[in-house]
Amino acid sequence: MTSLPEPSAIKLGLVIDLDLCVGCQACVVNCKEWNTSGYGAPLSDDNAYGANPNGAWLNRVHAFEAGDAEDAKTVHFPKSCLHCEDAPCVTACPTGASFKRAEDGIVLVNEDWCIGCGLCAWSCPYGAREMDPVEGVMKKCTLCVDRIYNDNLPKEDQIPACVRTCPTNARHFGDLGDPNSDVSKLVSARDGFDLLPEQKTKPVNKYLPPRPRRQKDETPMSLVAMAEAQTPKGFWKWMDATLERLG
Amino acid sequence: MHPAWSIIFFTSASGLGLGLAAWVVLGLIDLGNVINFFIVSVFTFGLIGTGLLSSTLHLGHPERAWRALSQWRSSWLSREGVLAVLVLSLLAVWFGWNYLIGSVPFLLGLPLVFLIGVTVYATSMIYASLKTVACWHHPLTPACYLLFSVSGGLLASMWLLAVAGQSFISEIYHLTYCLLILAWVAKVLWWRNLDKQSPESTLESATGLGSFGKVRPLMPPHTSENYLQTEMGFVVARRHALKLRVMSILAGGFIPLLVFISFPSSSVLLGLALFLHFVGVFIERWLFFAEAKHVVSLYYGEAQ
Repeated sequence: MTSLPEPSAIKLGLVIDLDLCVGCQACVVNCKEWNTSGYGAPLSDDNAYGANPNGAWLNRVHAFEAGDAEDAKTVHFPKSCLHCEDAPCVTACPTGASFKRAEDGIVLVNEDWCIGCGLCAWSCPYGAREMDPVEGVMKKCTLCVDRIYNDNLPKEDQIPACVRTCPTNARHFGDLGDPNSDVSKLVSARDGFDLLPEQKTKPVNKYLPPRPRRQKDETPMSLVAMAEAQTPKGFWKWMDATLERLG
Repeated sequence: MHPAWSIIFFTSASGLGLGLAAWVVLGLIDLGNVINFFIVSVFTFGLIGTGLLSSTLHLGHPERAWRALSQWRSSWLSREGVLAVLVLSLLAVWFGWNYLIGSVPFLLGLPLVFLIGVTVYATSMIYASLKTVACWHHPLTPACYLLFSVSGGLLASMWLLAVAGQSFISEIYHLTYCLLILAWVAKVLWWRNLDKQSPESTLESATGLGSFGKVRPLMPPHTSENYLQTEMGFVVARRHALKLRVMSILAGGFIPLLVFISFPSSSVLLGLALFLHFVGVFIERWLFFAEAKHVVSLYYGEAQ
């Protein structure tokens, strides 16, 4: 059924810290690696070593610059499915292949039912869905549903691949439906926000803003002034004086 | 948006075919003669059928297309599929009745005409329901689809009347050119809305970084074009949009109108006018996709 379920109490999702992301692309690569070898059809590439490679990826890291001149900020910006509460991709699907799980809110695609019409990708404002160039079915982030409930994995690996691999801890996974969860507390402490709120998709994933820059010193430090202020000591004092005597 | 030939042909051909079917069911053409019956049914089913078949061509898995009939509760694409299959079946019954028993009572045909209208509306709502494409998400979108279908269908009926050598009342003559004018007036209004629309979403709202100032893309997330860019970021048409708009109005509206007003009973000239009308609507439909901007292109640095 592509009608949306009643909002679930548990809303699993990601919190992405734009202050910490350094744009290393490790989450992108680990996502691709996990999802190409797990459930369903491989996450394929077309012409991977040719002039114009093309492939399906479930997580992409953009980089933006915000503000002007010396106040401009470079922000690395990971983007994947936000598992929206009012997911327009789900209701647009004509076959029932796209669905939102009633128990935890994860948005998934049943690849055996997908006809590859692409309408779900057209409905998504975030560009979270990509057509698999080889299989002709729609691919999207599964929130690593095959990891997070997988008891065959060690406890520390039962989180999405992107979260597990992030070297700066910029990605957090948890239940955003529970106001007392770590991720919910993080969102309220750091003023987490929604992407494109005016599209009224009610995304579950939240983003944390970059922290404001530390107070700038009034006068910039001058290296010349610092060098002149120094009085050499020991060996350097002797050498300074000797060189001076040489004229 | 990427203008896929299969979808452009689907919306223009099935739109014209459904419009023609509505006028035929309303009894505009006398089907008593076997040759008339043959020509009219081939055109009606041919246009609707090839349009629908063409729409399955762009699917990744056309063999699973039947599954698209299941989610009519939420999906306009599914509703369109269900209605198209229903209308095609009822049309087959209607034509069969006409051939075997005699003309179908007018009142029995009315619900079918209504369903045909709803089918065209459902086609337009596949696009008009997408909030992500601001220019499509507008009441004028279904209005244009319906008006092009009903006016094109009437022009096609007038051509078939001329081919069959049948006469028509003057009210129908006036209605034909009025509907043609109305369709293109609606389209010009649609274009005006597209040009004047101020974007609801911006790169600032897309990234949430507006509080730091103006946001600019710095590095793309990949080195070659991906699915999102080829599917949602089509830009070729916008360079020539004005020329193409004028061409579509001339071919689809102005010339057919002049020909029809001057020679309403000439089968050869009306055939030519109908062909030009189809070409004009085809260009209009191509622009409908090619000019449309998707909100995701914000992330790739394109102004809305």
